[in-house]
Amino acid sequence: MPEKFDVVIVGAGPAGCTAAIVLARAGMKVAVFERGDQPGAKNMFGGVLYYTEALNELLPDFWKQAPIERYVTRHVLTFLTTDASFSITSADNEFGSPPYNGVTLLRAKFDPWYAGKAEESGAFLIPETVVDDLIWDGDKVAGVMAQRAEGEVLADVVIAADGANSLLAKKAGLRKEFDGSSFAVAVKEVLALPAETIEARFGLSEGEGLAQSFVGDCTKGLTGGAFLYTNKSSLSLGMVVRLSSLQEKQTSIADLLDDFKSNPCVKPAIKDAVLKEYSGHLIPEAGINMVPELCGNSLLVAGDAAGFMVSTGLTLQGMNFAIASGYAAAQAIVTASQKGDFSRKGLSCYRRLLEESFVLKDLKTFRHAPGFQDNPRIYGLYPSLVCGISRRIFQVNGQPRKKILSLVREEMKGKISPWRLAKDIIQAGRTLIWP
Amino acid sequence: MAIEDKLVTIRFNVDAEPHIRVNTGICETCQEKACLYICPVQNYTLAEDKLVFSWQGCVECGACRIACTAGAIEWAYPRGGFGVCLRYG
Repeated sequence: MPEKFDVVIVGAGPAGCTAAIVLARAGMKVAVFERGDQPGAKNMFGGVLYYTEALNELLPDFWKQAPIERYVTRHVLTFLTTDASFSITSADNEFGSPPYNGVTLLRAKFDPWYAGKAEESGAFLIPETVVDDLIWDGDKVAGVMAQRAEGEVLADVVIAADGANSLLAKKAGLRKEFDGSSFAVAVKEVLALPAETIEARFGLSEGEGLAQSFVGDCTKGLTGGAFLYTNKSSLSLGMVVRLSSLQEKQTSIADLLDDFKSNPCVKPAIKDAVLKEYSGHLIPEAGINMVPELCGNSLLVAGDAAGFMVSTGLTLQGMNFAIASGYAAAQAIVTASQKGDFSRKGLSCYRRLLEESFVLKDLKTFRHAPGFQDNPRIYGLYPSLVCGISRRIFQVNGQPRKKILSLVREEMKGKISPWRLAKDIIQAGRTLIWP
Repeated sequence: MAIEDKLVTIRFNVDAEPHIRVNTGICETCQEKACLYICPVQNYTLAEDKLVFSWQGCVECGACRIACTAGAIEWAYPRGGFGVCLRYG
């Protein structure tokens, strides 16, 4: 007889482990499959984990025991050209008090800790096991097929929390195959640097962290951006570029990252830092447009597998969406189990819970972001205009000085028409500014 | 820094069995060859016009699975416990 669980979760990332904690605490028999030798082995993000109510509720004061790196008090947006940069910095001490607004972390350290919490709650963690197929009973999912001897494992409900590629959601017909315009490739280097050096270099106090995003020369006109996050005694430096953009421009993201590291704005920030690990990952980037059908009969999709990620250019958020969606999936299953109805209809409150939470609300609010980010002028013309205007403002060269609007006009002349600029401003406004 | 020097920083538990198979016959007629550009670890290269692929250094992102519209790539996860084992992530 195959083993039977109440719930089988595929993927021990933040979505899967959150669901496991909630369900195990509700007294359900839960198995979590993880294909890595341990949770986190395959996972990489920028990254910052932003405040997530579900996490704080499940594990109050989680930051006291979790392997977090630094709490983020400083957010920086930098426009970059080959030889100039223009930054907007927000430094907010309020973000330095618990519950922190955002903490930097490294997934190969955080994810095993979080999975440990799921185990403590009573969930069974099954690492080193790939699950790439479902068992069907008619039109309803009856379990999973694990790649091992006696691989059949039965369950009342399966949660596909199997990441950006989600082969399971695809096999179940809940998610269609998306092309390169819906994904971004991310690369990251973890660069070791003593904590005191990081604090002195970035003007941070002990424990304080910085999250910086770059737009402009870093991607050489390609759709995407770069990031720099401070960990305790390392930096996470990386880049995210739309997959279709790499295809069209026949450019390697590994080469772009190398060029970025030699940019005069970045070079001093990473001076003497030692490369500890290079990695790459896929990011679902099409926002609300790629959210699959979230429920099937006895099946739910959560986290990256459901495309829950919002990139506004100012912040990049995914892990908080994963946790919140895992939480909602578990709540929906608890509700469904009370009625004993795990059909699509019985589980449909999952979507409602997500619609009520920030998960689908934010995806809807920022639904124009993926399209807005297609505008090539964001990555070339505008960063150079911003840096050019800034140069004209601060430059003293013996010539009579002019007021700002004249300098802006001079800088823009021949580069962009007022009509096109107005159109772009409206598009930016629709994406990020007005309600 | 050459990609080879970056790859040595990644811990792999390499499986003798490849998890990605490439039908290079299809690659011969493929004009686009997106795989050469989109792989973050540059695992797809050309050697005397022939496409060469090494699965040993794959970080399992899946970019090639999506980008290869010619259908030359058969992509699966490595067997459980094998493949990339990030130490930082």
